[in-house]
Amino acid sequence: MFQRLPNLIRKPISFSFEGQEIEALEGDTLASALLAAGVSTLRDAPVSGTARAPYCMIGVCFECSVEIDGISHQQACLIPVRQDMNVRRQQAEKEAGDALGG
Amino acid sequence: MRSEVDVVVIGAGPAGMAAAAAAAGAGADVVVLDEQAEPGGQIYRAIESVERDRPADLSFLGDAYAHGSTVAGAFRAVRTDYRPGSTVWQVGDLGKGKRRDVVYSRNGVAETLSVKHLVIATGALERPVPILGWTLPGVMTVGAVQSALKTSGIYPAGNLVLAGSGPLMLQLAAQLIDAHVPIAGIVDTTPPGGLSRAFFHLPRALAAGETLLKGWRMVRTVNRSGVPIYRGATHLQAHGPAQGGGEQGGGEQGGGEKVTSLSFRSQGADYTIDADVVALHEGVIPNTQLSRLLQAEHRWDDRQRCFHPLTNQWGETSEPGVYVAGDGGGIAGGLAAARSGMITGLAVAQSLGLMAEAARDFTSEEQRLRRFIDLSIRPFLDSYYPAPDWIGAVGDDVILCRCEEVTAGQLRAAMAHGCSGPNQAKSFLRCGMGACQGRMCAASVTEVMAATGGATPDAVGSFRIRPPIKPVTLAEVATLDAG
Ligand code: FES
Repeated sequence: MFQRLPNLIRKPISFSFEGQEIEALEGDTLASALLAAGVSTLRDAPVSGTARAPYCMIGVCFECSVEIDGISHQQACLIPVRQDMNVRRQQAEKEAGDALGG
Repeated sequence: MRSEVDVVVIGAGPAGMAAAAAAAGAGADVVVLDEQAEPGGQIYRAIESVERDRPADLSFLGDAYAHGSTVAGAFRAVRTDYRPGSTVWQVGDLGKGKRRDVVYSRNGVAETLSVKHLVIATGALERPVPILGWTLPGVMTVGAVQSALKTSGIYPAGNLVLAGSGPLMLQLAAQLIDAHVPIAGIVDTTPPGGLSRAFFHLPRALAAGETLLKGWRMVRTVNRSGVPIYRGATHLQAHGPAQGGGEQGGGEQGGGEKVTSLSFRSQGADYTIDADVVALHEGVIPNTQLSRLLQAEHRWDDRQRCFHPLTNQWGETSEPGVYVAGDGGGIAGGLAAARSGMITGLAVAQSLGLMAEAARDFTSEEQRLRRFIDLSIRPFLDSYYPAPDWIGAVGDDVILCRCEEVTAGQLRAAMAHGCSGPNQAKSFLRCGMGACQGRMCAASVTEVMAATGGATPDAVGSFRIRPPIKPVTLAEVATLDAG
């Protein structure tokens, strides 16, 4: 869905999404890194379970919610990608369970 | 953990940086909490890393963005306790005129700051654009595309359609064209007759000549680019692959993994154009989550069609010791935001006894004058790009609340059954109760309820905001007790 402009100064790093290795550049937000890698959806809507993808990229819509290293409800558009991050889709049924409020 | 500080500034955009620098410059001890990894806010997002790692990209991101380097530099030059990557999730009121508790998380650890003065500088968000199909992956906002371009140097591949109205959309179009990124089409929803509508305000706008000139240049770039422009567009609808009786059912909103096209009407003709990414935009509105949480008074602005907190000339809200600086107090743009931030920072320093009244007044007067000039273009812009007037009348099958998937029709039906306001809509429909806590539906809910019930937006009001304003884990809460 997204491509990178030619800029090669940044350091390549890698992380995992749903068990798959993804290449990124240091300085990417996690959401950008996933979009650039061709991942088109990050969470399921809590009610209908339809696929959702980043909408605002500024931390207000929560459509980029993912699970990072076991902690759910992380906003991928706000978090810089890190080497060896373990990222999973935010599943609909987990929505209510392990976070207060929200 | 818990500690006491004079001033907490929430947000490190132009207003927050200026407020923090002004207060800290006078000797206040200031903590700056910001969600992002580096200062700049949305307007100057990632300015430091762009400058460091890919300075060539500044050529298409433009002067207005590059100016952020000066602004961030001035902020860095003053000693503040700046904590990037911090998410504020609760602000507690310890009684009028007393300290307030600001609770936030950073790297999974929560901390409470007990503060004398709180400056909310959380800026603006793009007005949510509820159209059929806006929840499909690939439908995002103009600001989202711009944000990805700034932070990570990525751009939409395939057919990119910009759809909406406003200066930000114009700016993004010009940036993409200058970066040689192809745009499949611009679906311009600005009502025809912009110049005659705004003509009356042109003389005053000339005072902000430089901004006006930049705008004309962008218009020229876009018009000469050869990108197809569909003007006066209405009836926008995004479609996924399931559209047209696919097995996935649920129409455009239910099925399909990704957006495939956008349909609309322009100058009497109906169009459907292929789209891999649709970037919507209908202007920006103040982010009032924190000022609402603190129950500061808010008023509806009919011209910009949004609520903003009421403030005095120093940015102080109806809640003593709580200030709002920048676009969070009303949309005025990045330059004006920095001025108002500085004015608030001086006021805070003065009330901490760090600055004489005369010094505060002298310095802030100059900022006020400059701000007046920055603002001179607003009436022109606001009438050229009027706020959308159709949201209150959206179709019944359009989703308003993306999280809980509540449609305009469900909201209207609830009203017929006695649902009398946005807060009742929460209990009737769970509208506004999802992860985003109403950020994506509050504006539309007010519009729909006002239009349906024949009431003013002020009378309808908006959601009461309850903590935590961002999801927080039990593990994070546990770290609070540990300290
Ligand atoms: S994309 Fe909206 S919160 Fe991240």
